[in-house]
Amino acid sequence: MRTLEQTTQEILELATKHFKVAPGSLKAEDDFYKKLGIDSLQTLDMLSRLEDHFHIELPDYEVQGVSDFKTLAERVQARL
Amino acid sequence: MIKEFRGKALRWEWRDGVVELTLDREPLNEIGSGMLADLEQFAGAIRSLVPATRACIITSARPAGFCAGADLKELYHGAAPLPKSKRASGVRAFLKRIHKVLNTIDEAPFITFAAVHGLCMGGGLELALTCDQIVADKMARFGFPELRLGLIPGFGGIPRLRRDVGNSFIRDLLFTGRTVKAESAHRAGLVAHLAGEGFALEVARSMAQQVTKFDPETRAAAKKFIKPIPQAELNKEIELFCKLFNRPVVMESLRRFVESDDPMKHLPLAARQPSD
Repeated sequence: MRTLEQTTQEILELATKHFKVAPGSLKAEDDFYKKLGIDSLQTLDMLSRLEDHFHIELPDYEVQGVSDFKTLAERVQARL
Repeated sequence: MIKEFRGKALRWEWRDGVVELTLDREPLNEIGSGMLADLEQFAGAIRSLVPATRACIITSARPAGFCAGADLKELYHGAAPLPKSKRASGVRAFLKRIHKVLNTIDEAPFITFAAVHGLCMGGGLELALTCDQIVADKMARFGFPELRLGLIPGFGGIPRLRRDVGNSFIRDLLFTGRTVKAESAHRAGLVAHLAGEGFALEVARSMAQQVTKFDPETRAAAKKFIKPIPQAELNKEIELFCKLFNRPVVMESLRRFVESDDPMKHLPLAARQPSD
């Protein structure tokens, strides 16, 4: 079972790779909408990648209103 | 036979018995009057395509996905200035046109595939559901967010979905308004084949080549037998949609969606009563 820290780290790595940002530039507290400059369609794409990576089902209503990686990791952790 | 067509919102190209219909309208193939007019062109061409056509693939050239659904901006801006008594009649006329088109595609006597990547929501999913088989990129997402706007899917989505999948899945999609990943849609029976990322069209082309091998008359008869048009339910859907559309909560929800800068905009905010 992953710890919350591990989950957070994996999400940061996933976002870094997918959105092609400089390694180490994303932090758990970052607002990913602002930091990544993503729109609603890209957010849903990210959700698909999270579900695929963690082999989970994460209903999008559970991440509505979530904008930072740390809270996102908590939502993912609850589904692991 | 019209082998090639290039409209404002889509194009098609016929080659070796397979017609590929490519949706291509910014931002994400929203179905408004422009897309509907082009789909009508395609529906009108089906009869001439039939003798030489064994399969059809509907796909999208937009990177973000297959189709985001109805053009809610057009819907809102078209209905908002009208008196309440006239709003539903405009919507009803649009629904009748789109139902006619989608029924024509649904019962086309060749085998149809939707090659889906990215987002496939609302009216986009309803278009995909007219196809005999959906091939989905593993990163595709499917959903019916209409209840969040105070509506039900209006392009035949639920009656067509009921032909293919169980009620628990339908109710989950409908009542939560959530989107589901391709793998879940595959498990539920909505998606026939999963494709690797970026390969949905290639897989659909392979399937299309396979179905060209069988006798056309038998194939058409089999399709007619196992995929009837749920006409009575489709008629009821139009009536219910128009009844729901007349309520203030719908116009308010549409206004919020159109004016929203919410980063989760494609998951519209929950419909609320104006007094909330």
